[in-house]
Amino acid sequence: MTDAIRLKAKDYKSEVKPIWCPGCGHFSVHNAITKAMAALGIDKDRTVLVSGIGCSSRLPAYVDSYGFHGVHGRGLAIAQGLKVARPDLTVLALGGDGDGFSIGGNHFIHACRRNVDITYIAMDNEVYGMTKGQASPTTPMDWDHSKLTPHGPGVRPFKPAALALASGAPWIARGYSGNPNQIAKLIAEAVEFPGFSFLHVMSQCITFCPEQTDWKAIVTESEAPPLADADEAAKQFLHEDGFQTGLLYREQRATWPPPGATAAEEGAPGELAAAFRV
Amino acid sequence: MSTRYLSIAITGAGGAGVISCGELLLRAWAREGGRGLLRKAYGPQIRGGESAALLKLTADERYTAASRYDAVVALDWDNFTRFEDEIVLDADSWVLCDEAQALPPAVVAAGARVVHVPFDELAAACHPEGRVNMLALGVLGRLLGLPATTLAELAGQKLAGKPRDYRDAATACIELGAARDIACQLPVPPLGNKGAWYLSGNQAAGLGALEAGIRFVAAYPITPASDVLEWMAGGLERVGGQLVQAEDELAAINMTIGAAFGGVPAFTATSGPGLALMTESIGLAVASETPVTILNVMRGGPSTGIPTKSEQSDLNIALHGLHGDAPHLVLAPLDIADCVFTTGWAVQLAQRLQTAAIVLSDQFIGQSTAIVSEPRRCAPFAATPAQDPGEEGAYLRYRLTGSGVSALASPGDAGHRFTADGLEHNEKGTPSSRQSDHQRQLAKRQDKLTAFDFGGDWAQIDGDGPVALVSFGSSAAAVTEAANQLAESGVATRVISLRLLAPLQTAALAAALEGCSRVFVVEQNHGGQLFHYLRGQLDFGQPVHSYALAGPVPLSPENIAQAVATVIAEATRS
Repeated sequence: MTDAIRLKAKDYKSEVKPIWCPGCGHFSVHNAITKAMAALGIDKDRTVLVSGIGCSSRLPAYVDSYGFHGVHGRGLAIAQGLKVARPDLTVLALGGDGDGFSIGGNHFIHACRRNVDITYIAMDNEVYGMTKGQASPTTPMDWDHSKLTPHGPGVRPFKPAALALASGAPWIARGYSGNPNQIAKLIAEAVEFPGFSFLHVMSQCITFCPEQTDWKAIVTESEAPPLADADEAAKQFLHEDGFQTGLLYREQRATWPPPGATAAEEGAPGELAAAFRV
Repeated sequence: MSTRYLSIAITGAGGAGVISCGELLLRAWAREGGRGLLRKAYGPQIRGGESAALLKLTADERYTAASRYDAVVALDWDNFTRFEDEIVLDADSWVLCDEAQALPPAVVAAGARVVHVPFDELAAACHPEGRVNMLALGVLGRLLGLPATTLAELAGQKLAGKPRDYRDAATACIELGAARDIACQLPVPPLGNKGAWYLSGNQAAGLGALEAGIRFVAAYPITPASDVLEWMAGGLERVGGQLVQAEDELAAINMTIGAAFGGVPAFTATSGPGLALMTESIGLAVASETPVTILNVMRGGPSTGIPTKSEQSDLNIALHGLHGDAPHLVLAPLDIADCVFTTGWAVQLAQRLQTAAIVLSDQFIGQSTAIVSEPRRCAPFAATPAQDPGEEGAYLRYRLTGSGVSALASPGDAGHRFTADGLEHNEKGTPSSRQSDHQRQLAKRQDKLTAFDFGGDWAQIDGDGPVALVSFGSSAAAVTEAANQLAESGVATRVISLRLLAPLQTAALAAALEGCSRVFVVEQNHGGQLFHYLRGQLDFGQPVHSYALAGPVPLSPENIAQAVATVIAEATRS
């Protein structure tokens, strides 16, 4: 980094005031991101936060780095294109549960599988907040607080960690908005991990899901080292209650692009035309 | 009869190698200094369906589809009959067929001269690996006066990766075919134009994009655009770029936008269904002022339509498909060679004006291969580095400037940090729903296109007659040929072939139409998309007629000329 003075977390915040409701879990993710950036001494000019649409996707504007606030569900695609084109940059993708697991579900699966070296933070509050409280892919099937699905969504919620594992994500962690220090630590690890790192943050929405304040009592923090065996992890991710936080799974896997897919040095475009001359 | 050319169709089952036969014949023809076009026609099946290599050998570069065929090599009748609409025969045509019995009614009705050539039997007898397409290549090569050694050499290059046996078989079949004396006289055009290029429109578009500076491509396979992307995968490796195969077109366009945000000129290619999926995010590129170029190789639509055949029916979606007021660029290459220039120009314009450019090519020029004079090229785009913003935080990404274009920084540029946004924003990029910000930013994004001087390449204009023939993209060749035919019957025309469709150069177009008594708008789609667009943009002072005919059979110059002549004759009578 170019700045001689070590920056503090608050130095990584922009002047834009968040639109979030008081008590929103995303504030603590925002704090955790800037804390992690300060801990890593990250260069603001070489860091990009990319997002889709939703409450949490507003976050890039609140951080003093480069940012891209895209369209709904496509943040991961923008982030991967950027990282592949500019491997020198630190790229973080951010978004909510609807953005990442519903409209952007296909990109999530393929981002896990492709393993481009980016960090993906999914801020999961089990609800579409920006459109005022509809069920998302992680909403409990009997949650009947939405006018859109008055009898509950009636669909079993996604298990994001299990989905990530099955799709090939090599680094899977879970955080909780009530524990920003842990999130900050996990983000720092995620950024340093060479590959696609998926941090699932349970980030409460007390506006539409006031019952989520109960999470505090049931969340546990794992002290165990992350699993490295996919079979074991699959068993855990399919059967757990989803409230265990910490780094849950880590394996080393080759990142994309594969060796040979990148030219060592720039050739002359003029040579391309030669093939077409009779 | 118009300009003489020699047209040859080779038909057979997909996988029988008729396209390879056509390609090798055209390559050999190119070596000898000939000019010509190879159009490829397929059924929807990938293997085992019908396929046809449609060759037109010419003395010049008038590359319309042939309206009739001098010779047909029909390896079997089943696959030939599926192309009856496209392969028109008459009493002057020669039909070289393997099955001399049970001639198709169309062949009998045309009165074509039929020659039996036992392709199957000869190929099998000459080598255990003998292939009928190589035998046909030898036969046709002899009829064209091409040396068998050239054909065998080119076939050997094409089969370089195959077992030796295959190459030996090809040589044996070519030699046997070339030795066969067939009583068939073909009007072979003159040779002698050396220094040519041999390429398809899709390759030309890929080349134009890379030469203009594209270094990132995101790709999702779709007919008939996949071969652009495949060619670019290899091309990018050679110039130090990167291609990603995306999970869908939504990802492809967004990866393109991501790379472009990183300051790397970025591109994707697709066809109608893919363009439909991309439109939301093309709007994002417009709103966030991120330069991207999208090549849309049009095919028959709507929905899955006719994936393997050509049409110009995506003009409406390219012009009007984005939601909100989203001014962007739409261009269309006029022929195979022009795919190099127009695609390159689109890249330059997108980069300079920081917006999305959609290039409308189509299956006809995209997947046809031609021998052309050295194409016009585009210089690589040179980015202007964002200037020092002065004090920290002073950089305004979306600053209102006289030109509408503001300095574009990329991550890594110190002190220029900003968040690009599809939300309406103020000059700094901070989301804003204020009317004043919305109106200013809308005007900015429009003004940068309106104020820009696009120069003289917006259209190609030939002739100064009082009858205007206006078309866009690949229809230009058929219209130009129709104009030649009209000239022979005393109708002087002015051919205006539009290369830049949005922003439409209305003042220049109005000036080009000055003095015209009548305007014909010609296009290959059902609804008259260009006709309606032009009528909405321009106050025509003269009668305007629509000649709109859907694909997949290419527009016929003869039919266009006749339609124009009929209208003029009726107007004169009344």
